[in-house]
Amino acid sequence: MKWNWEIFFDAFPFVLQGLGITVGLTVTCYLFALLLGFFWTFLRRVPSRPFHWFVTWAMEFIRSTPPLVQLFFIYYAWPMIPGVGVTLSPFASAVLGLGIHFSTYIGEIYRSGIESVDKGQWEAATALNFSTYQKWRKIILPQAVPPVIPMLGNYFIIMFKEVPLASTVGAAGILYMANTYGARNWAYLEPLTIVGIIFLLLSYPSAIFIKKLERKMNTRFDKNTILENSQKGAVL
Amino acid sequence: MLKPIVEYKDVHKSFGEVEVLKGINLDIYPGEKIAVIGPSGSGKTTIIRMLMTLEEPTSGDIYVDGKNLWKMEKNGEMVRANEKHLREIRSDIGMVFQHFNLFPHMTILENCMTAPIHVKKEDKEEVRERSIHMLERVGLGDKLNNYPSQLSGGQKQRVAMARALVMRPKIMLFDEVTSALDPELVGEVLEVIRDLAKHEDMAMVLVTHEMDFALDIADKVLFLDKGIIAEQGTAREVIEQSDNARLQEFLRRFRK
Repeated sequence: MKWNWEIFFDAFPFVLQGLGITVGLTVTCYLFALLLGFFWTFLRRVPSRPFHWFVTWAMEFIRSTPPLVQLFFIYYAWPMIPGVGVTLSPFASAVLGLGIHFSTYIGEIYRSGIESVDKGQWEAATALNFSTYQKWRKIILPQAVPPVIPMLGNYFIIMFKEVPLASTVGAAGILYMANTYGARNWAYLEPLTIVGIIFLLLSYPSAIFIKKLERKMNTRFDKNTILENSQKGAVL
Repeated sequence: MLKPIVEYKDVHKSFGEVEVLKGINLDIYPGEKIAVIGPSGSGKTTIIRMLMTLEEPTSGDIYVDGKNLWKMEKNGEMVRANEKHLREIRSDIGMVFQHFNLFPHMTILENCMTAPIHVKKEDKEEVRERSIHMLERVGLGDKLNNYPSQLSGGQKQRVAMARALVMRPKIMLFDEVTSALDPELVGEVLEVIRDLAKHEDMAMVLVTHEMDFALDIADKVLFLDKGIIAEQGTAREVIEQSDNARLQEFLRRFRK
């Protein structure tokens, strides 16, 4: 088998057709996971021991099962369960499957952010008589969220790289398109290489961006950074 | 006859197996300046933390302005207070912490302004003026737009006091406010407290290790030992007339 540029240029536009699905799926899954993550974090804070135990166990279960198995279950097995079974499109199955899987990690990230806020901040907020909602909104979240933004960004990239799993249930992303091209023309080398290149081109710059973000967040309220910013005339 | 603004009635507090407070009875009158002294672990801080609603008493009652702080009436029965009830009473109380607990994501002016605006729904411009005035009073008028990370410990603690004062509490609690400071910064913070004690008519409760200072400004001194108020009275009574051996030993060790 030899590298053939003709096939490469023929396959490129074909594979690229799947990019919309790949990116769209990544973004949708991610937003879903971000939202669901809040839900986990909130559930774990409910002050009931059996409930807390149940939620922790459920998260653990979801995390220790491969996302591919979950995806297959949602796509193939769930419709067969009498009464509650629903047939979902490949796209919806992928959003649900990957979204739920990653939401457990995202929920942990939120939790680490919240726990990183000093206990004294809660006490000061209580002493100033903030309501529970105001405490979260004005005091805790503004301190809990920025430090975990880079971590959340990392999960975006990780998710982007997991999204090709959805091709196994027929979501027509770039991997699916490459496979289809390969099957039709009996040429896999070039289209799969294209898939690799596209992933590299998208995730590498994102990773660099997140590194930068991380540095910025870490020094946010640092004495010197504030000084620098004020000299530049920037408003924090 | 003046009525107390705060009353502790046989208040007990345990942390797990350990009973830290073993029956506290205490009246605080409007405008009164009280110093709470005693060995570490004697439960001094816990006394004021219960009033600030940061700890719940194990038994006993605390009344603020005649209202039971930790219990409320529901269907003719006294039940555990909910957050709404606590919030209502808490508005009379302010607190300054050992570790300042300033909000790091806000400038010091914002630190002062946030609660009056969002909690008390006061006019923003009026709050701004009052906050600036208060920060000037504690000597930080030139730092309004700085962030807490840019300040020294003493400056942070002065901001924390201004922040509590802007809320206009009737009772102000000071929890070992100089203990986390470098020795050379203690003086500036004590000066502010002395100024407040002299010119403000709110009640003040100071938990402190600065013995001479406490004895100097307090109307009433409480000596807490092993979970009870072992001795109380004016500074003079406590120092000169008490024959409590543990208190005398404690004073010998802590007074300069």
